Amino acid sequence: MAFPHRPDAPELPDFSMLKRLARDQLIYLLEQLPGKKDLFIEADLMSPLDRIANVSILKQHEVDKLYKVENKPALSSSLVNADKLAGRTRKYKVIFSPQKFYACEMVLEEEGIYGDVSCDEWAFSLLPLDVDLLSMELPEFFRDYFLEGDQRWINTVAQALHLLSTLYGPFPNCYGIGRCAKMAYELWRNLEEEEDGETKGRRPEIGHIFLLDRDVDFVTALCSQVVYEGLVDDTFRIKCGSVDFGPEVTSSDKSLKVLLNAEDKVFNEIRNEHFSNVFGFLSQKARNLQAQYDRRRGMDIKQMKNFVSQELKGLKQEHRLLSLHIGACESIMKKKTKQDFQELIKTEHALLEGFNIRESTSYIEEHIDRQVSPIESLRLMCLLSITENGDARCSLDTHYGPEHLLTFSNLRRAGLLTEQAPGDTLTAVESKVSKLVTDKAAGKITDAFSSLAKRSNFRAISKKLNLIPRVDGEYDLKVPRDMAYVFSGAYVPLSCRIIEQVLERRSWQGLDEVVRLLNCSDFAFTDMTKEDKASSESLRLILVVFLGGCTFSEISALRFLGREKGYRFIFLTTAVTNSARLMEAMSEVKA
Amino acid sequence: MDCYTANWNPLGDSAFYRKYELYSMDWDLKEELRDCLVAAAPYGGPIALLRNPWRKEKAASVRPVLDIYSASGMPLASLLWKSGPVVSLGWSAEEELLCVQEDGAVLVYGLHGDFRRHFSMGNEVLQNRVLDARIFHTEFGSGVAILTGAHRFTLSANVGDLKLRRMPEVPGLQSAPSCWTALCQDRVAHVLLAVGPDLYLLDHAACSAVTPPGLAPGVSSFLQMAVSFTYRHLALFTDTGYIWMGTASLKEKLCEFNCNIRAPPKQMVWCSRPRSKERAVVVAWERRLMVVGDASESIQYKQLTIQVLLDRLVLRRLYPLAIQICEYLRLPEVQGVSRILAHWACYKVQQKDVSDEDVARAINQKLGDTPGVSYSDIAARAYGCGRTELAIKLLEYEPRSGEQVPLLLKMKRSKLALSKAIESGDTDLVFTVLLHLKNELNRGDFFMTLRNQPMALSLYRQFCKHQELETLKDLYNQDDNHQELGSFHIRASYAAEERIEGRVAALQTAADAFYKAKNEFAAKATEDQMRLLRLQRRLEDELGGQFLDLSLHDTVTTLILGGHNKRAEQLARDFRIPDKRLWWLKLTALADLEDWEELEKFSKSKKSPIGYLPFVEICMKQHNKYEAKKYASRVGPEQKVKALLLVGDVAQAADVAIEHRNEAELSLVLSHCTGATDGATADKIQRARAQAQKK
Repeated sequence: MAFPHRPDAPELPDFSMLKRLARDQLIYLLEQLPGKKDLFIEADLMSPLDRIANVSILKQHEVDKLYKVENKPALSSSLVNADKLAGRTRKYKVIFSPQKFYACEMVLEEEGIYGDVSCDEWAFSLLPLDVDLLSMELPEFFRDYFLEGDQRWINTVAQALHLLSTLYGPFPNCYGIGRCAKMAYELWRNLEEEEDGETKGRRPEIGHIFLLDRDVDFVTALCSQVVYEGLVDDTFRIKCGSVDFGPEVTSSDKSLKVLLNAEDKVFNEIRNEHFSNVFGFLSQKARNLQAQYDRRRGMDIKQMKNFVSQELKGLKQEHRLLSLHIGACESIMKKKTKQDFQELIKTEHALLEGFNIRESTSYIEEHIDRQVSPIESLRLMCLLSITENGDARCSLDTHYGPEHLLTFSNLRRAGLLTEQAPGDTLTAVESKVSKLVTDKAAGKITDAFSSLAKRSNFRAISKKLNLIPRVDGEYDLKVPRDMAYVFSGAYVPLSCRIIEQVLERRSWQGLDEVVRLLNCSDFAFTDMTKEDKASSESLRLILVVFLGGCTFSEISALRFLGREKGYRFIFLTTAVTNSARLMEAMSEVKA
Repeated sequence: MDCYTANWNPLGDSAFYRKYELYSMDWDLKEELRDCLVAAAPYGGPIALLRNPWRKEKAASVRPVLDIYSASGMPLASLLWKSGPVVSLGWSAEEELLCVQEDGAVLVYGLHGDFRRHFSMGNEVLQNRVLDARIFHTEFGSGVAILTGAHRFTLSANVGDLKLRRMPEVPGLQSAPSCWTALCQDRVAHVLLAVGPDLYLLDHAACSAVTPPGLAPGVSSFLQMAVSFTYRHLALFTDTGYIWMGTASLKEKLCEFNCNIRAPPKQMVWCSRPRSKERAVVVAWERRLMVVGDASESIQYKQLTIQVLLDRLVLRRLYPLAIQICEYLRLPEVQGVSRILAHWACYKVQQKDVSDEDVARAINQKLGDTPGVSYSDIAARAYGCGRTELAIKLLEYEPRSGEQVPLLLKMKRSKLALSKAIESGDTDLVFTVLLHLKNELNRGDFFMTLRNQPMALSLYRQFCKHQELETLKDLYNQDDNHQELGSFHIRASYAAEERIEGRVAALQTAADAFYKAKNEFAAKATEDQMRLLRLQRRLEDELGGQFLDLSLHDTVTTLILGGHNKRAEQLARDFRIPDKRLWWLKLTALADLEDWEELEKFSKSKKSPIGYLPFVEICMKQHNKYEAKKYASRVGPEQKVKALLLVGDVAQAADVAIEHRNEAELSLVLSHCTGATDGATADKIQRARAQAQKK
């Protein structure tokens, strides 16, 4: 249980520095408006802000009142204009985080308050959620880039990487896959060159960096999660590293906000575990705890005094955490059996392995028929479509409402749904392309190519990379033998396998076919510096950058890989995601 | 060598002065200095002379000459003055010569007599003419103060960022003040003026009378006033031959002196040596010079920094000397050599007799990729001199594509700017160029340009989605992107349109677009949505209640819940809801109503396409075991065990499982055996298992 790190595993760099930096900058900005001030915070920024500077720090810098804002530009203008009408003069500052875009000023100008406010940037782009997890808290990245083709956030990523390399030294080995990964990498390189000399001569602390686009592997993100942390995320939604446990978990009438990270000793031991082990572990733990409490009996006064002053507090704390996680487990089990979780998982595994397709299809159809949850149905359709390369001809229609017609079109555009017209084989697409070439409309050709690119070759990739482990007998989830354990031994996450393979080879060599099947021939890169300053310890530290989000299952899988190989992985993601978030990002919702 | 203490004359009790020639002037003046307007720049800068000022007695046909000399009298430039009469000359802090004309126009010349620009001091000045003018220096730069013929003051505190301020009227001022000066205190420019025995301080808001502390009585007018270079000190010369010296804030007197000369002096200036504690005022008459001073505490700051010194050398085109100084002082490249080379390059591009190629090559050879050199700045200068082609050549040397963009835009090379912006990866830059292009090109060309730049196109689409929906439509139209057009109208059907007719019309347009896009699936779905909308409207009219905007499913469910079973079935038929789905729907709705009678009737209407297990499940969900049992018996053999377990009939489940000889089912039943009540059943299963193994 709770595999310890190998004794030779390298130490993680101290990322709390990032928090301090962000906090100092915020304080500096607050002090730009001396005296009492009110602070309006956009709803999405509340939780990250809370992780950086709590209310008492804000109060120290004379923040009088705090307001949560749901609708940003409209608010600032109505506020300013109301003051103008009332003849009140106040100073206003708009702080954009992580950066101000040209369009921001345009909006202010349109609202007629551009001259009344001063603007600033709070370059708060990296939030350390845990000792090994940095989040940019940009959930919008996924839709903006992968659906709308909006590249604005790529620069933000490049700047975040630049910040990391100034703080933690250069990265001697860089790998990446995906169009966005390549762009971000190149922009980052430009930044480094412009500020040449700053990182030069510094010893690298982190030996490798691996950038990966989310659309290289949609499949993994679409699967139901069965590792504890992932399951908690799927069930309760972890937001900015903390979760709201409702009354059904806390077994009281109150909800409780709980931070989930390595500091929670109980959680830290079960976060990466397959769910089937968790309950047993927790009850064992409870028994141990009871035994420790029981030692009180037969203590003399001195021993008792010692116990109360030294151990009791820790035990109580552990007790509290334990009962919370047991509550969470119970709640998860209740919910999951209700929805026939076993059946669902079975179907997903069948899809991943590519057998019993008809059965899976009818399961999904039933799912749609029962109208359990549109998001869930969409997810299964996408999974079917990608794994079967676009054969998701389930009857989709108006039954979900007209806005979902747009959702389908979004899913198709992003490559999550690859609906195939009958007979639309590769040659047919090619002839379509050749027709367009004579048309000379470059834009159209790229469209056609991108539709070609959206073909998923999951089955072939799965074979090449051996993603479905051969099972001899039962897969012992208590003693995992590979990363597949995060999906009950049925499937090794594609993203993690790619990372594993590249790190093993220290290049993409021999992976040409896989790269081709991933349609990433132009976007797989390696860059190594000859400098031999990197210590052997730093060479076992790997920063993995997920552009478009990563799941807790992937994090668990790589943590496992790290333990096996003596590496430590550090995760940088635009946001932590899961299947539901992916689907919601693609959904058109009536405003 | 002179004896150090020779030639010193006492000044007051504790100070001494002496007079000797530092160097002789190289110039060869043909006119008397008194006939010229003279301006000497601070810090030993150049001297400008404008001969033949417009004197009434001179013929206007003779054009005056403007000469510029170095501080030692080396001629730097000489040009014929072709503009209007000049009232005053002065040098700005950047060593630009400001020539204030009578009509309020200010002409700006460089050190080498090159015309830079001109600006006007405003209409009021133009109408009333300039009576007198002063150039003064502030923290922000150099300012101009004007006294007009109407005895009003207008000033600008910084000619680099021209903001004209018309000062308030001085009450009772009928003629020109006897003397005045511009002052700069607390970052605000003021005018101090003397009218008869009174002194007034003018700021942009008010005119206030002021009195110097400790001023001797009997003064009936001030003849001359002088402020020190730093605006800390003020000296006043009165008609009684009395000199008052104090702080410019008029809060403190430093000293006073009575010289008994009542003639108005020609000039009075403050003078003091750097870092000296002694301050003195020099007063000049036609044939007399007097130094008045005291020796109290005072500090002079070293104002001329190395950077300024370098700037001055650059301005005099002494590039090699400047570079040598940088190298000698080991200044960082960015502050030193690079900056000087950049200045040199900016000068180089102005050499019109050299071809574009040669200039570009020469500059690149010398500059290479020296850090801190901005090729785009040099290119901007080239463009400023009208050498667009040279500017483009120079831009090619600029390694940061983003830096090239602003100039390319200025030079109207917007399409090139767009590609450079895209190359830079800076979306804001792309956006800026896009808005430029949008204004510059006609719509068709603009769209065509976008077509070839997918990255810019997506960015613009995003913009349109939020700001200009109609343009978005045009964009799709232009590209014949019927799929997106369809989506656009779908969105409009629920986001933009309120009336049902409008919504149906939008959907119709969408459907047409989908047909054109050969997306039959979407077209059909859209048409269904139109039918559904119309039908929902009818339902609302006929049945009341809320139907509009429900999905097809919810419409059917609502109908069932409202007891309109016939209508629900009709709707299902019309929209070809698959049988299975309809059964699920109806099952769920009836169970929610707890209409068990209707549910049973429904279950018997025909053979259930979804089997009977869902019936059992849903009854149990509503905690109705009695009803659930009814259906459990009808569940097919495959799911029988599951159904029996659901209704809690473990014993019968065991019998069925044993009958099926199905190991999985046996274990499932066994896992449901709890406590003593099911003990017998458990034994039975174990026996059956044992038997099965024997065989």
